[in-house]
Amino acid sequence: MNRSLLDEFRDRELVRGLAELIARLVEGRDRPLSFMEVCGTHTMSIYQFGIRSLLPPGVRLISGPGCPVCVTPVGYVDRSVAYARQPETIVATFGDMLRVPGSTSSLMQERARGADIRIVYSPLDALALADKNREKRIIFLGVGFETTAPTIAGTILSAAERDIDNFFVLAAHKTIPVPMRILSDDPELAIDGYLCPAHVSAIIGAEAYRFLAEEQRVPCVVTGFEPTDILQGVAMLVRQVVEGRSTVENQYRRFVSPEGNRKAKELLSRVFVPSDAVWRGLGMIPGSGLDIAPAFARYDAEKSVPVEVEAPQEPDGCLCGEVLKGKITPFDCPLFGTTCTPEQPVGACMVSSEGSCAAAYKYGQ
Amino acid sequence: MDNDLILLGHGSGGRLSHQLLDELIIPTLSGIPASGQNDAAILEHDGRRLAFTTDSYVVDPIFFPGGNIGDLAINGTVNDLAMVGAQPVAVSVGLIMEEGFSRSELAEILRSMRQAADRAGIVIAAGDTKVVPRGKADRIFINTSGIGFFRHGLEIGGANARVGDKILINGTIGDHGIAVMAKREGLALETDILSDCAPLNGLVEGLLEEGAAIHVLRDPTRGGVATTLKEIAIQSDVTVTLDEASLPMKGAVRGVCAVLGLDPLYVANEGKVLVFAAPEAAERVLERMKGHPFGRDAAIIGEVTDGIGGKVRMETLVGGMRAVEMLSGEQLPRIC
Repeated sequence: MNRSLLDEFRDRELVRGLAELIARLVEGRDRPLSFMEVCGTHTMSIYQFGIRSLLPPGVRLISGPGCPVCVTPVGYVDRSVAYARQPETIVATFGDMLRVPGSTSSLMQERARGADIRIVYSPLDALALADKNREKRIIFLGVGFETTAPTIAGTILSAAERDIDNFFVLAAHKTIPVPMRILSDDPELAIDGYLCPAHVSAIIGAEAYRFLAEEQRVPCVVTGFEPTDILQGVAMLVRQVVEGRSTVENQYRRFVSPEGNRKAKELLSRVFVPSDAVWRGLGMIPGSGLDIAPAFARYDAEKSVPVEVEAPQEPDGCLCGEVLKGKITPFDCPLFGTTCTPEQPVGACMVSSEGSCAAAYKYGQ
Repeated sequence: MDNDLILLGHGSGGRLSHQLLDELIIPTLSGIPASGQNDAAILEHDGRRLAFTTDSYVVDPIFFPGGNIGDLAINGTVNDLAMVGAQPVAVSVGLIMEEGFSRSELAEILRSMRQAADRAGIVIAAGDTKVVPRGKADRIFINTSGIGFFRHGLEIGGANARVGDKILINGTIGDHGIAVMAKREGLALETDILSDCAPLNGLVEGLLEEGAAIHVLRDPTRGGVATTLKEIAIQSDVTVTLDEASLPMKGAVRGVCAVLGLDPLYVANEGKVLVFAAPEAAERVLERMKGHPFGRDAAIIGEVTDGIGGKVRMETLVGGMRAVEMLSGEQLPRIC
């Protein structure tokens, strides 16, 4: 990591210049413009750098369903808890899943009770665990968007090559463009443009949003994570609106190409098949998920490792769904900061480091 | 959810730790209100004031770049005494070892403890050794308790911050946490970051020459600078305003934090002190810090401003404004 390079994208004068440009562009408009970001890292960055405090009142940033942990339904957590309670089983997960409340327990609680739950930074670490502990079952929690799915696909292929048969993935992978269509159809939200995700777009390519710009007439700008990126992305969106255009523009050309990462996309299509998926807050969305393909079913925990799972119960009063749709801000939820805190979260949005409520709680308004 | 369980986060030094202290530990053991919490207790006897503190060390791994569990255990307790303005005099050492632990590693840890004590100018005056069966502890845990005396009548504590105070730190943030983290198994990170583990009593003694201009001293260990400032803002009922651009930070620490998604404001330090000083004395305090080997990268990083009590806010690198909250849950367990 080169410090001076990072600093360039956080340059105070550049940021001020961009904020002033945005203010000039929206001056005199009768209603504020609403732009949605659908990537948890954008959400965090916007809060962390206080970006909203730099924008004029004529621009509203809405956080959408960009946090993969947050959109994972409660039944998935219950199933992972059920696996954690099985003998001779290790649940391997990215850290964020640990504190997500299920219907009656969480992985963190199960760990405190003695379950073997390991935090890994890569699915390959989980495969290494499986190799080292051949007498145990390793259940890896595969949660994420198009960014994490290729590494998990690669890990499954590696397991097949090395004939490791005690490695399983509980897959809940999702793809982002389809729900963006549903949200842009929502008259209540009246989205004026999308800050399209950075990492996801590096995989799927900027062209993946073409249908939104052309069929839905929603301006799209693929945008990076640094403060100057985000403000430039907003400025590009405002310009499209002002000029009455809707097209896909790419602010993040240093990493995102129009067609994306061909190799990663090949991996995805070898190991996964498109499926219908349940999104917390949005419900069942056809074609918005990735299931493990039948050829690799032996690595699919859901198919190969039966377990009894309790009936899922959504927590009372939790408005995560409305937050994920961008209909309310975290501050509008009556549970926010009172019964729902990072220590005792009610909903997943308060847990994940990419969740809107966690960001709002940590960084304030 | 089951509220009977003690979770790792209860030992993080962040909000869960505070809850456990306020709801269970303090009311049961002593009943002293939380607002009186400082790094060390101050006891009065026959007109003399005595500082007394204790701390346990469970760091994993026990040897890390820039130190080990031994010098950490001495320096940590020395620093807790220094943070109330006391001059550390003596510590006790309790060793809890797992059956099968290495005698040569123990020898190395003990040598480090002795060196750290000599460097801080204190004696190791009492001790205890226990061994538990294999698997019932992780290699070695160390408890140290310490006492210190006062050479002055200054009132220093977390409740003494005043509007207008400047906030200083004696160097780069996050070094200890990242040095330990990078050494852990499973993270293929190669960095040259060393823990900042150091005794701060010498540096603090120099600052106390400024007398009543020094209002608060606190070492931002677990929970990092953010959690410590939030504690002080609550205890003193003031608003703290930080300037992100002035926070000293090594490029490598910033890089590792960016890669792992950690916020350096919450990463532990073991050789840093946050100082709240009267504005007219701030430049002199800064110069005194910079003149000490453990304060060369010292900086003024913020101030106490008018506003809502208990609030910490930060002007971000790019000029935005946001709130800073306490660490919640565990960022890095077993960091000290």
